[in-house]
Amino acid sequence: MQSVALWFATFLLMVIMSVPGLWVVLSAFRPNREILAKPPVWVPTELTLANFGKIFGFGSEQVGIPVTSYFMNSMIIALTSTVIALIIGMAGGYAFARYRFRFKGGIFLGLMLFRAVPGIALSLPIFMIWSRLGLIDAKMGLIIVYVSLNVPFTIWLIDGFFRQIPMSLSEAAQVDGCTRWQAFWKIEFPLARSGIAAAGVFAFLTSWNEFALASQLTRSTDSKTLPVGLMDFTAQFTIDWAGMCAMAVIIIIPALIMTFLVQKHLIAGLTFGGVKG
Amino acid sequence: MSRAFQTGRVNWTPVLLLLPAIGVMMFVVALPLVFSLYTSLTSYRLTRPETIWDFVWFRNYERLFGNRDFWVAFGRTILFLTIALNVQLILGLGIALLINKITWGQRTLRTIMMFPMMFSPILVGFQFKFIFNDNIGILNNALQSLGWTDRAIPWLVDGKLAMFSIIFAEVWMSTSVFAILLLAGLFAMPRDPLEAAKVDGCNAWQVFRHITLPFLMPFAFIAMTIRSLDIARAYDIVKVMTDGGPAGRTELLWTMIARTAYQDARMGQANAAAYLSTILSIAFTYYFYLKLVESRRYMGGVQ
Repeated sequence: MQSVALWFATFLLMVIMSVPGLWVVLSAFRPNREILAKPPVWVPTELTLANFGKIFGFGSEQVGIPVTSYFMNSMIIALTSTVIALIIGMAGGYAFARYRFRFKGGIFLGLMLFRAVPGIALSLPIFMIWSRLGLIDAKMGLIIVYVSLNVPFTIWLIDGFFRQIPMSLSEAAQVDGCTRWQAFWKIEFPLARSGIAAAGVFAFLTSWNEFALASQLTRSTDSKTLPVGLMDFTAQFTIDWAGMCAMAVIIIIPALIMTFLVQKHLIAGLTFGGVKG
Repeated sequence: MSRAFQTGRVNWTPVLLLLPAIGVMMFVVALPLVFSLYTSLTSYRLTRPETIWDFVWFRNYERLFGNRDFWVAFGRTILFLTIALNVQLILGLGIALLINKITWGQRTLRTIMMFPMMFSPILVGFQFKFIFNDNIGILNNALQSLGWTDRAIPWLVDGKLAMFSIIFAEVWMSTSVFAILLLAGLFAMPRDPLEAAKVDGCNAWQVFRHITLPFLMPFAFIAMTIRSLDIARAYDIVKVMTDGGPAGRTELLWTMIARTAYQDARMGQANAAAYLSTILSIAFTYYFYLKLVESRRYMGGVQ
């Protein structure tokens, strides 16, 4: 009896937690006039893909927001910065996990503290410097910034995963004639691969979802990302709720896929890195 | 490879491995921060580029400290963080304890719990702007359909209600970080001390207070440290939901910085405020990092 009540309470909590997101997803498939209707229409009478057609620029109705190019920009920027951050983070994480050197704790803490600088505060000097360097409204400008956003956390996670792997494995390989480089790629990298993938997903999500810096460093379809593009809707005369919901769904789908792919490793990565020092 | 670099007593391999990371952080964070510090000591305005050479020492900071709006925004930011983080910690702990007890459907529940983590803060803001909308929002529609109220409650228009709505959105977004990490802590917990305590006649509360809670502390501190890295993401939420309004009633430090810098074009002044917000964030992260290290040492034997 008690356990049924417990299960019910938890279930209820989860429903409350997921209703806001589900409501946005549902509204993306409803016509705007039904969303605006008074008294409210609770049971949708018609579901439509028109909102998606509208924001992607086909169908009878159109909105003047180039979602397709925002989507491409977001993809290019998020993927490129993730790959670069992973390479840098793997090197750094390996150094922290496998070597002793001076100021080790200090450097680690320093990297973390740099990550803590608020995006909007960092955007001011970067805005000034990037405009001198011609990096405003360029994908490259945003990629560089996102690499630096992701490096500290990637190092933290990957350090944790490399530490899980006993050092004796790669030592044995080296005794058998591998170089340390070979031992890394043949022994340690395959074992840490799932953890590295998890770190990659975190980096991707950070870049994909970032707004504070992107909103100041991008101007046009050359570099604007989806979160910045979502704000385009608010500049219009009347708010197109259905269109915004459709765009929200577009933003959430890649994040959803990425997260589910490595769900298990995400939690492990977060806790290993932090607890076992 | 390592032999070649082992000249003298210094091993250069880790230095080389860390060089790209340190390099990129220097270029994108440290260098801009130095520039930001310099700019905060000038009267730089974006509209008049030559003013960047107009060095005014601490005038921007003096103005900031003499400005009532700044202190109100500062106090509101502290209050916002205190309420949001405490509610997230307590709710997260509650959810973790609940899910830990449940055996049937636990995996599904954990998956649902991860849902808010993938949401962009800008999406969370939009989502709750939609839900709390006084005219077409689901919340007011539901309240009216249930007959609990017949007027449109101005969730995002009234200052106090707007602040509540923003905190609600922030809690929704980040509670799962706490829940997931604390749940991982519960999974990692050894059974023996729990059973020993029960044999010795401890009640449920005593077990929780003296065994479970101390064991969970490092996990709570990891969650706090991770959260402290991006507390300023709340800027995105506020930007979408109210943009600091109505009449500055939800203005946080971060929205104030953006307004001073990009709308008023007073870069010098904005950089001074930005510097203070940076110090606030760094101090916050540093504090919880120390706590994490300390509790790890305390737990040394267990792990």
